[in-house]
Amino acid sequence: MSKRLIDLQHITKSFDGDTILDDLNLYIRENEFLTLLGPSGCGKTTTLRIIGGFETPDQGTVVFDGKDITNLAPNQRQLNTVFQKYALFPHMSIAQNIAFGLKIRKKSKAYIDDKIKYALKLVNLEGFENRSIDSLSGGQQQRIAIARAIVNEPKVLLLDEPLGALDLKLRQDMQYELIRLKNELGITFIYVTHDQEEALTMSDTIVVMNQGYIQQIGTPQDIYNEPVNAFVADFIGESNIINGLMLNDRLVQILDVKFPCVDEGFGCNTPVDVVIRPEDVELVAPENGMLEGDVISLIFKGVHWEMEVLANGYEWLVQTTQMHPVGAHVGIRVDPFNIQIMNKPESNDERAVELNA
Amino acid sequence: MRKLKRQLLAGPYILWMTGFILLPIAMVLYYAFTTTGGSFTLLNVSSIAFSVHFKALILSLKLALICTVICLILSYPLAMILNRMKTKSQGFIVFIFILPMWMNFMLRILAWRMLLSNNGIINSLLETLGLPMIDILNTPTAVVFCMVYDFLPFMILPIYNAMARIQPDIIEAAKDLGAGNATIFFKIIVPLTMSGVISGIIMVFVPALTSFAVSDLLGGGKVLLIGNVIEQAFMQEYNWNLGSGLSFVLMIFVIASMALMNSRGDETGAGVW
Amino acid sequence: MIRKSAERIYLFLIFLFLYLPIGVLIVLSFNNSKSKVLWGGFTLAWYKKLFSNSAIMEAFCTTIFISLASAAIATLLGVLAALGIDAMKKRGQTVMLGATNIPLLNADIVTGISMMLLFVRFTRLGMSTVLIAHITFNIPYVILNVLPKLKQSSRTAYEAALDLGATPLYAFRKIIWPQILPGILSGFLMAMTMSLDDFSVTYFTKGAGINTLSTIIYTEMRKGIRPEMYALSTILFLIALILLLFMNFGPTARKETRE
Repeated sequence: MSKRLIDLQHITKSFDGDTILDDLNLYIRENEFLTLLGPSGCGKTTTLRIIGGFETPDQGTVVFDGKDITNLAPNQRQLNTVFQKYALFPHMSIAQNIAFGLKIRKKSKAYIDDKIKYALKLVNLEGFENRSIDSLSGGQQQRIAIARAIVNEPKVLLLDEPLGALDLKLRQDMQYELIRLKNELGITFIYVTHDQEEALTMSDTIVVMNQGYIQQIGTPQDIYNEPVNAFVADFIGESNIINGLMLNDRLVQILDVKFPCVDEGFGCNTPVDVVIRPEDVELVAPENGMLEGDVISLIFKGVHWEMEVLANGYEWLVQTTQMHPVGAHVGIRVDPFNIQIMNKPESNDERAVELNA
Repeated sequence: MRKLKRQLLAGPYILWMTGFILLPIAMVLYYAFTTTGGSFTLLNVSSIAFSVHFKALILSLKLALICTVICLILSYPLAMILNRMKTKSQGFIVFIFILPMWMNFMLRILAWRMLLSNNGIINSLLETLGLPMIDILNTPTAVVFCMVYDFLPFMILPIYNAMARIQPDIIEAAKDLGAGNATIFFKIIVPLTMSGVISGIIMVFVPALTSFAVSDLLGGGKVLLIGNVIEQAFMQEYNWNLGSGLSFVLMIFVIASMALMNSRGDETGAGVW
Repeated sequence: MIRKSAERIYLFLIFLFLYLPIGVLIVLSFNNSKSKVLWGGFTLAWYKKLFSNSAIMEAFCTTIFISLASAAIATLLGVLAALGIDAMKKRGQTVMLGATNIPLLNADIVTGISMMLLFVRFTRLGMSTVLIAHITFNIPYVILNVLPKLKQSSRTAYEAALDLGATPLYAFRKIIWPQILPGILSGFLMAMTMSLDDFSVTYFTKGAGINTLSTIIYTEMRKGIRPEMYALSTILFLIALILLLFMNFGPTARKETRE
């Protein structure tokens, strides 16, 4: 495991009496692609701005490479930011924009020229040196913003919803480019987004946040397959989230039907939340199902069909490659491995978090 | 078809503009280049070289320049301070500094004439403090004082507007890239407010250059500006040809100063209102 | 902390520079003494004297009439012009806006003189010439206030109204008009303030016997300052203040300008 590069310890921050971050603890490893994921207002951008030095936490420390940088000004930090709306300097050419940080560091002209060429090549905009900012499309401006940040060879690149303003196709292309860039540069990326698909595609580690609290930290696979609570399950992709009762180890009762599962240690007769991903619900002949229901809607989604099945009073979201017409009577089966059991929220705080989500 | 019909709504304005803006200016040109008899001459225009006229023009340019520089020096820091105040009352405070712009011009002159007069407040104050009295009424200094007072808000407003338009994330991006306060000021803030500065300079320099009321009332007839020369040519000597000739010269200076400023910035006038 | 105090002091000094002269004028207008320095007790005598001065009162009425009438007519012409300009192609718009800027950028003295030359040639100077002159320099302010609103006003909303069966006139009345109304009102108020404030253009186009407050103050001031002038100034200041408060914080306030 590579070493911890940034360590956020007990960070608390409020604006005008509203607590945005409450005792947040998080570390970021060297060369990691870490994504802060959450709905707007969850504190992800504030976290990023604290790392960048644009905000000072009310309490807590920011440690960078072993040194306390909590109160260090942004211009003294060895990291650079790609801003949400790019924040390019409108009165400068592209080359001047890219050279800005290098000139402040008093690099030689030859070095700067080299770097500009290199950076523009890296973001696939060779030959754009003397164009003006206005002449660029949104996607191109984004690339320049990235080029402007990386020529300074920061140890960490902070990206604040950098793809938010781009259209879908461009956004997907840029996701691959960012991964390529990260691999070529070999530096740490801290990425902020509210788009779960972006987070799943690019990250080594995802930090799911809500209402100033970290909900779950893990690899994209962990987060998707083993969400720790209903908020995470709901935020990461579509899910069936059903009230359940853990009868015993490896046996859960959902909608009055007993389902075998693989989870243990919840105790006897404990209320739980049960998550079943729509692609994990199998539709079979009525007599073979664990419960029976009727198809009430059907949508063609390209790679699969999406259906809603009303069974035992719950509308199951189902994605399969097999089509069942509306009105068809079907059976529902779920493999024990695909049933994810989660504790009900315990504290009021956690409950509030969910209710507001 | 419908578009064409809507364009016709501008018709009355076009007629009005032709009759009361373009035609009058054409008449100034006509008088400027004719004698009283109506024959062509360059004498009216070239009379700017007469020593009285020329001195008045030079003095006007000098006072207008001093006034503009003082306004700029006072306004720039003020606009920065106003812009940095991110409180709820910011709108009101800015309003306070712009308000004098709309107060009656004569009223503002009256106020200064009263303050500066020999038995006025300033001198009484100096006397009480045992300091020598100043006798600046009827001097160019008094004229500059009053012009600065009159035109200062016209410099503050465009600079403030330009400054308020700078996105905060641009400043943050510069900091992020390692810029200190001085670099941010000279490389980001100054270039991005240049259009406002240019608007401000034009809005102060042109009226200062062409004013005649201030010098008339605070100069006591001893400070003769080009505006006064023109006014006297029309209202006292009834020499319209001479007055028009000098007006033509004045217009050239106004246009030249605007062209000079415009060549240094892409947009002007924008953000003034 | 030190910087903050320095900033406050700077603001305060400029504030003093801008308001002290006016403040002194206002105080003196209530001063029961002809002295410019000594306080002789509170009085309204100067206001009484002011109101009994028929020349000043006449100028006052003329000023109000001219500013209201010129602002109203300028608003009518200006709104029509803005609608027309908005429908023009880019080239036409540039030409029109260039011409509109002439009275804004030209020196007041030249604007005044040029119109005087025209009027003297074809008619006599009087109230109507002052009115025409004021309308002329007011129109640009209306256009510059209305045109941006027109450009901002949603084209799609207008088209949606047509799509829903509205006639162009009805769609204009229900969709465009409410969106440009704040611009029209602020244009009207600005035109009124410019007209109230004007001296140079009035001076050259007014002819004998007609006076606005600006020109009468000018004439009086050349003779010397009488305390009634302080009272007049106080009233003028209050009128400007009320108009501006209304313009900036009233229902027509242009909130989107700062953001």
